[in-house]
Amino acid sequence: MNDDDPRWLDNPRNVTRVVYGLAVLCALALVADLFYRKHPHFGFEGWFGFYPVYGFIGSVGLVLSAKWLRRWLRRDEDYYQRPEHRDDD
Amino acid sequence: MTTSPALLLMVGALGVPLLRGWPRRVLMVALPIAALVVLWLLPEGTGATFEFLGLVLNPVRVDGLSRVFATGFLIAAVLTAVYALHLRDSVQQTVILIYAASAVGGTLAGDLLTLFVFWELAGLSSALLIWAGRTERSHRAAMRYLVAQTISGLLMLAGIVFRVASGEGLEFSYLGLDGPGGVLILLAVGIKCAFPVLHAWLTDTYPEATIVGAVALSAFTTKFAVYTLARGFPGAEPLVWIGAIMTVFPIFYAVIENDLRRVLAYSMINQLGFMVVGVGIGGSLGINGASAHAVADMVFKGLLFMSMGAVLMRTGTVKGSELGGLYKSMPQTTALCIVGAASISAFPLFSGFATKSLILEAVAQEHRTVIWLLLLFASAGVFHHAGIKIPYFAFFAHDRGYRVAEPPVNMRAAMALAAVVCVAIGVAPALLYGILPHDMDYVPYTTPHVVNQLQLLLLASMAFTVLIRTGLYPPELRSVNLDFDVVYRRILPSSWHALNDGVVRVRNLGAPLRRHAARVWEVGTGPLRLEGQTAVGWSTHLMVWWVVLLLGLVLLLTLL
Repeated sequence: MNDDDPRWLDNPRNVTRVVYGLAVLCALALVADLFYRKHPHFGFEGWFGFYPVYGFIGSVGLVLSAKWLRRWLRRDEDYYQRPEHRDDD
Repeated sequence: MTTSPALLLMVGALGVPLLRGWPRRVLMVALPIAALVVLWLLPEGTGATFEFLGLVLNPVRVDGLSRVFATGFLIAAVLTAVYALHLRDSVQQTVILIYAASAVGGTLAGDLLTLFVFWELAGLSSALLIWAGRTERSHRAAMRYLVAQTISGLLMLAGIVFRVASGEGLEFSYLGLDGPGGVLILLAVGIKCAFPVLHAWLTDTYPEATIVGAVALSAFTTKFAVYTLARGFPGAEPLVWIGAIMTVFPIFYAVIENDLRRVLAYSMINQLGFMVVGVGIGGSLGINGASAHAVADMVFKGLLFMSMGAVLMRTGTVKGSELGGLYKSMPQTTALCIVGAASISAFPLFSGFATKSLILEAVAQEHRTVIWLLLLFASAGVFHHAGIKIPYFAFFAHDRGYRVAEPPVNMRAAMALAAVVCVAIGVAPALLYGILPHDMDYVPYTTPHVVNQLQLLLLASMAFTVLIRTGLYPPELRSVNLDFDVVYRRILPSSWHALNDGVVRVRNLGAPLRRHAARVWEVGTGPLRLEGQTAVGWSTHLMVWWVVLLLGLVLLLTLL
């Protein structure tokens, strides 16, 4: 932890810049949907913005439902260690 | 007599503990390379066959399917051997080569008995890679691993016996699900391939392996199982649904899992799911997709395990809750990990893009809408946990103040080689497409495919960013999550203890009961006395059955 130079990413403003950069890329990707011929296997594949919308909603849904599942699935880190020390009691 | 690459590797591996220093290192890397050369010099077709106890064995069969898997295994063996060069542990170094040889030998097996021998050998040898941790925790994990592998082996043996008994012979080709033999073999494969519910051993024990061991484990056992599926059960309809479930359920666990090597284990099941779907769809595109993705997965999953191994080696932990900011002191490892992450996420120009798309294309051509939507969701999901979560929480996120060195040069070299393979397959897919078992007419780099994939991944990363910035993303917490392993790690042992306690309590119920019990005992043990029924001569085969049953029970109870 000595003579540590601050890095570019240590500045929160630069992180915000990265986020804006990503947002621009996302917007470009969405607009790109207008500029090529699609060859869909399924009807819905041809809708405008199907892939980006599916990717975004799918990801948010995944994370939020996993967070919700944690209520039931989460246990202490030593959950499986206790019975193994049963003989020591 | 045909030379077998597996035999070469296995016999050569026995020389590893006899050498020291540079000769040992050279031997370790040269052996899989030599085996690869031998493999490609072998002509296509079946090698020498011989009879054993009236059964025809055919230990070496080379065709398109076995060659592409064996090639993948040997490339993974080279990478793992380089990654293990710094160890001063000849056991692990020898075992890695024997384990790789088992996977190659099983892949080249032309008959079921040879397959079974290598199936067991792969299970036994790889257990040593968990044992090599030499702690109480790794010892217990290795025992659990071994039980799963042994059960899989027994199921396969039973399946083979059924097939031979019903006159279907020993040949290892299409097996199908028509007879009980085929179903038992599918169950055996299902354990090693981590089918839902049968998967718990994988996520339970892989993260307990040594740093090098986890890299080796990630390449061989599961992809050997995928090969067996592709050979024995192409086009089996249940596999489509089983595979689709495998792609979806682990990603929920991966999001909330704290141990980053366990996150990789969950993402391995997710990737195996894609391959299982490919096998289930069958046809030239499905089988090609499963084979290509298996080879790509051996390399990129190996690379990800290598990078997490490097983190574990230098910081002593791979828990997301304790890591962060490592890009400052491990920039090379960070960059190489990101290559692995981009490959598993199927970014254009990386290997997953060229291989996973074959499977999605096969599904789309069959117009399986629901399956296709599930796989697309899983593709976004794998990007979330393996593509973003792993690099983000290990190398970026909050700086935890670790100032550590990069891993030893051989580990970095192995990661760099793996990264080169990932990019090579991504940039020039023809390299891999050319050795696939079936001819096909597929172009991965079309404008719609590239644009759609980028749209999916960019917006998925936007979702991650939004959730992190708004604080909605579930934080990394020190915890374990309940999975199916709770059945054999908690429920079964505690029921057993409860039963024991119950028996003791019943025994103390009092003297009257004891008197009754004594009488019951007298009557019950009557047949066991000298004049009793059980004292008369028993046939040998009945005795053998009892011994097997009792030994099996004792083994099961002691291992739980």
